[in-house]
Amino acid sequence: MAGTSKRSTSPHASRSSSPKASPCEMFGYVGIEAVLDQLKIKAMKTGFEFNIMVVGRSGLGKSTMVNTLFKSKVWKSSPVNKLGPLPQTLQLQSVTHTIEEKGVKLKLTVTDTPGFGDQINNDKCWDPILNYINDQYERYLQEEVLITRQHHIPDTRVHICVYFVPPTGHCLRPLDIEFLKRLCRVVNVVPVIARADSLTLEERESFRWQIQEDLKNNGIYVYPQKCFDEDSNDKTLNDKIREKIPFAVVGADREHLVNGKCVLGRKTKWGIIEVENMAHCEFPLLRDLLIRSHMQDLKDITHNVHYENYRVHRLNESHLLTKGAGWVTLSPPTRRNTGGSSRGQRWNRDESENAC
Amino acid sequence: MKRKWISFLNEDLRNLSLSGHVGFDSLPDQLVNKSTSQGFCFNILCVGETGIGKSTLMDTLFNTKFESDPATHNEPGVRLKARSYELQESNVRLKLTIVDTVGFGDQINKDDSYKPIVEYIDAQFEAYLQEELKIKRSLFNYHDTRIHACLYFIAPTGHSLKSLDLVTMKKLDSKVNIIPIIAKADTIAKNELHRFKSKIMSELVSNGVQIYQFPTDEETVAEINATMSVHLPFAVVGSTEEVKIGNKMAKARQYPWGVVQVENENHCDFVKLREMLIRVNMEDLREQTHTRHYELYRRCKLEEMGFKDTDPDSKPFSLQETYEAKRNEFLGELQKKEEEMRQMFVMRVKEKEAELKEAEKDLHEKFDLLKRTHQEEKKKVEDKKKELEEEVGNFQKKKAATQLLQSQAQQAGAQQTKKDKDKKNASFT
Repeated sequence: MAGTSKRSTSPHASRSSSPKASPCEMFGYVGIEAVLDQLKIKAMKTGFEFNIMVVGRSGLGKSTMVNTLFKSKVWKSSPVNKLGPLPQTLQLQSVTHTIEEKGVKLKLTVTDTPGFGDQINNDKCWDPILNYINDQYERYLQEEVLITRQHHIPDTRVHICVYFVPPTGHCLRPLDIEFLKRLCRVVNVVPVIARADSLTLEERESFRWQIQEDLKNNGIYVYPQKCFDEDSNDKTLNDKIREKIPFAVVGADREHLVNGKCVLGRKTKWGIIEVENMAHCEFPLLRDLLIRSHMQDLKDITHNVHYENYRVHRLNESHLLTKGAGWVTLSPPTRRNTGGSSRGQRWNRDESENAC
Repeated sequence: MKRKWISFLNEDLRNLSLSGHVGFDSLPDQLVNKSTSQGFCFNILCVGETGIGKSTLMDTLFNTKFESDPATHNEPGVRLKARSYELQESNVRLKLTIVDTVGFGDQINKDDSYKPIVEYIDAQFEAYLQEELKIKRSLFNYHDTRIHACLYFIAPTGHSLKSLDLVTMKKLDSKVNIIPIIAKADTIAKNELHRFKSKIMSELVSNGVQIYQFPTDEETVAEINATMSVHLPFAVVGSTEEVKIGNKMAKARQYPWGVVQVENENHCDFVKLREMLIRVNMEDLREQTHTRHYELYRRCKLEEMGFKDTDPDSKPFSLQETYEAKRNEFLGELQKKEEEMRQMFVMRVKEKEAELKEAEKDLHEKFDLLKRTHQEEKKKVEDKKKELEEEVGNFQKKKAATQLLQSQAQQAGAQQTKKDKDKKNASFT
């Protein structure tokens, strides 16, 4: 992306196109900064929404990870009956909770993808996921174009997709690469190395390096994307994060006693792996990124970039349909398998537009 | 094969209890940080007669001197003048736009005074709507020019609202948040002021003018908003000059009979206005503008353009369909234009060709003419040449004849002299 176009697509460019405004100096306190408090009060009253999707082969600890992230039993029952046969098709399952902390209400939606990558033939297994994500954009778009709109359009769009990479220690598999390539154009993606307790620290580092190389060579841009860095502060902060991606995480929802303290961890014969200990795994980094520091940014990028891209394509795609005699009625975007791949093509074609 | 892409587990929204600190309580701070880096926009419209103190009040409110010259009183009509300023307080950047109604109330016929104001407000909504309807749009970047608050300056007559005020406010109340204020309130005595305020409020109510209601649903601000609402319309005094009061300098107006202090709540309601407008409800004013006034405008405009939300069982995307129809129309028009242009081009080419052919013919004719002339000239020249040759021939003949004669004459002469010589010689012998 050329330097000039970068600024126009960055969701954070605060240089607005506006009539010339002369800077004015105030000779005393006016109280404009009170607007920040007003904003906070308003936000706390309406509450927040956050939608997270976890993708990965079964058995990588996705549900446990979600439970650890939000320190609660997000899944009342396991989304997939672990004792039964694996689902024949990929089925997405969503669950929504309202959680509150210090007066801040959060409506959290977690979407799991049991059956992903479990089939013998995993071709196009990303289609249902892509369709789901686009469905949410579609829903939002339909609400947005109504004449009489709601005050607050419910936001079900996926803000972050956490992709669990199995800890092979070698490199990304073709399935991983295909999936990530398609998804990074549509949604914010963060890959993590799942079950990292099976790797030593050296193996972890080389695996991480290898994954970073694979991502770079395949043109996969994961969150935080370089092109949306607003200023140098952002850049330094995000560079540090990008160095560490993918995080090597371990999930645990049981507590154990370690040195007199109760910590979340996995107990094994050779020791207790403390989830929140940076020396053991990088779970705190993931949690900080997703929740404590970049949650709002994830939502902003979803709204200002991914959703807008979808909207542009959706409003333009009608001209790709053949114009017959009379009026072409628009039906919702097709759900055929072939439709999915052509959609994939379409996203790829626009690489020049929204790739970083 | 029927696939079910998504199944919601049958748990509705349920409250989950957290067993530890997760950390999303920092979300409001994250949001505020984002907004701070982007900066805020706030647009105030000041409606009031010339000379009622609009500019001074703005200067006083924002503790600064906005550059402006006082307007004259002989404007032919009402026009709106917008000026933008960048203010910064600690880490908050505010882009403030102040829109002034120049010439309001000065004309003899004030029937149409409200029209430019309504048009301006609508134009700002329209600009935003256009941006929102664009296919490739950048709303996060958009400089919001919609009016967030309208300060309506009521002249301090002490009696009641003027009919111009009522008419104008009625036209504006569905488009903008109106906050009525009594200007130059230091000319009204305290007891008169109370009566004046109640008269104004009852007139507004009886005429169905909807002024901005300070929000009372949020507990933190409900109390202060409720107490302040009682004092509407705020009786304000503006001043940028400072007078020494006690041992401090304060903004005030100095009269021979006393000093009116702007920030003294016993003297006027300036402090209340500042509280309400800036410190407590700025965000709410912006929100009301966006969610109520703008949505109303948008709805009306779209319905006017022929869009309508369809009922649930027919196709759900009528806006999109009309988009498509418009696009088709537009493309059709484009094509037609193209055809026209092509036709015109072909015609022009034909014309030019004909012209060129004409010119070619002319050229040919000219060439022929020239050729003929040339031939004629040549012939003439040849004739002349012949003549001349004849003459030369004649001349040569003549010359030859003369020469012959001459030589004959010479010979004859020579013979004569010889004869003479012989005779002479013969005589000597």
